[in-house]
Amino acid sequence: MAATLPGPSTDLDRQLQDLEGEIERLRRLAREQAIDLGGEIATLETRAEDVRKKIYTNPSPWHIVQLARHSQRPRLVDFVASLFTDVVELHGDRLFRDDPAMLAALARFEGRPVVVVGHNKGKDTKENIARNFGMPYPEGYRKALRVMRLAEKFHYPVIAFVDTPGAFPGDEAEERGQAEAIARNIEEMSRLRTSVIVVITGEGGSGGALAIAVGDLTLMLQYAIYTVISPEGCAAILWHDATKAAEAAAALRLTAKDLQALKIVDEVLPEPFGGAHRDPEAAITSVRSALQRHLPGMGQMPVQAMLERRYAKYRSLGQIVA
Amino acid sequence: MLNWLRRPKYSSLQRRDMPAGLWAKCPRCNNLIYRKELERNLKVCPKCGFHHRLTALERLEITLDQDSFEEIDAELTSTDPLKFEGYPQKLQEAKEKTGGAEAVITGEGTIDGYRTVIGVLDFHFMGGSMGSAVGEKVARASEQARDRQLPLVMFSASGGARMQEGALSLMQLAKTSAAVGRLHDAGFPYISVMCDPTTGGVTASFAFLGDVILAEPGALIGFAGRRVIEQTIRHKLPDDFQTAEFCLNKGLIDLVVTRSDMRSTVARLLSFFGAPRVEPVPVAAEPATPEPAQSRSGSSAADE
Repeated sequence: MAATLPGPSTDLDRQLQDLEGEIERLRRLAREQAIDLGGEIATLETRAEDVRKKIYTNPSPWHIVQLARHSQRPRLVDFVASLFTDVVELHGDRLFRDDPAMLAALARFEGRPVVVVGHNKGKDTKENIARNFGMPYPEGYRKALRVMRLAEKFHYPVIAFVDTPGAFPGDEAEERGQAEAIARNIEEMSRLRTSVIVVITGEGGSGGALAIAVGDLTLMLQYAIYTVISPEGCAAILWHDATKAAEAAAALRLTAKDLQALKIVDEVLPEPFGGAHRDPEAAITSVRSALQRHLPGMGQMPVQAMLERRYAKYRSLGQIVA
Repeated sequence: MLNWLRRPKYSSLQRRDMPAGLWAKCPRCNNLIYRKELERNLKVCPKCGFHHRLTALERLEITLDQDSFEEIDAELTSTDPLKFEGYPQKLQEAKEKTGGAEAVITGEGTIDGYRTVIGVLDFHFMGGSMGSAVGEKVARASEQARDRQLPLVMFSASGGARMQEGALSLMQLAKTSAAVGRLHDAGFPYISVMCDPTTGGVTASFAFLGDVILAEPGALIGFAGRRVIEQTIRHKLPDDFQTAEFCLNKGLIDLVVTRSDMRSTVARLLSFFGAPRVEPVPVAAEPATPEPAQSRSGSSAADE
């Protein structure tokens, strides 16, 4: 079910919600009373489908932000459970503690050993509180780096799943060096001597996302976002009005299509119509087929050539005039 | 302050970094200071030691040996890749205000004779924010240091990534960190100096990647903003939170160095790491002995 969406889509979303509710009511009625309401239901379904098409054929950037943040969007644990076998989760940064907002694991993808890291958002409030809404502390980034080093040692590919509102903005995170942890990861990933595939599945929230997102190939689900600042934060700073987030979302060019045009993202992975939450398994399959296409080729290139190519990629991003 | 670095190119443009008037008010101790006295004291309050912010040119003037600076990429500037509302105007205003083309000046020069590549971020230019051009200039500076087998010295003062360039600004964190990584791999020293303020994306990239990290007293250094943190944790933060001294205490930086000691400290580090030195050693550009309130006992490289 679509979440309540603010912005220009609101009316359509409410219409859809009402229609779906009505269809559900008629179905129940038909079942309980054993009467044939097939014709009525079909009519409503056609209307619902029309509204859906209107909403999802060309979702606004702000709408996409809502999809990327949707509470029913598949989470890291869903991707890991479905895509990998022989998963062994590794814990802790060996320095301070284990950060549940970041997951690190050894796993196999269709038999091939890989190392998985990723932001670990929860599905419900309880999980989210336990995992800090997928917002890591420095120790989360340091755990990820430790395990990526392990991948480097054995020349296994790293697959990094990005889905975070951002690095946790708290006093203890600052005291333990949030900025240093992010900077260190970015530097080390830029020269990690094994291949790195980045998959942006939900929210790519600024430095907190980039800290595990420097690699050889960046894939992004169709309705994920990747941005330097949240639309709300941008609106608050620029226009002193957080309610202008929809405008900011458009201005920031944070959708997968935009980022592909800017060459930040290499490939956009299609989502089921209406968003990943409508059919999580289809979204996961989309990621699976991309990994099947790309993973065999990874690691074929000599390490030095791979590092040159990675460096050249990030080196070329941006627009300047002299 | 000296004026040897005013390049003719920019001289027609007005510099408005300090309001006119004979007297300046110290924001910390509220004392009125004779402006000339403040400038002679490297813009450090003679009464309370407060370090006023410097422009990038002022920083270069008090750091480098006289006439030693060769700027690189002086004209390089950001465009408006996202067609972000109001950005071209903001860029233009910043250029007129500072007389520079971007929020960082980079080049090569000597510090007490030690040859180095140097970059100075200018907080007066759109809050020292890092967009494509700032990232590019920092990366090129780092590459030049590597190519010429020289150290890199970066003075940072920045609010972070420039949001008007969206994710392209975010990518500058990767670009600069990767470039600095190559300098590290090649074995040349990188000294990072954090000045007031150094926050956000600049801390989360090259500023925290120095072999040695120095900071000026009282400088604000942190990743997230105070207000965001207070809203998140729902209590007030102590006054000294995210200051240079706080960061030193938490083990995040190596040293807090007063402005009057900065040049000699950097020179000593460059010497230690084997930076090439020109002969004869040029005269120091630093004109003034610090005011008595600021002088510290003990030796510095300049005294030796």
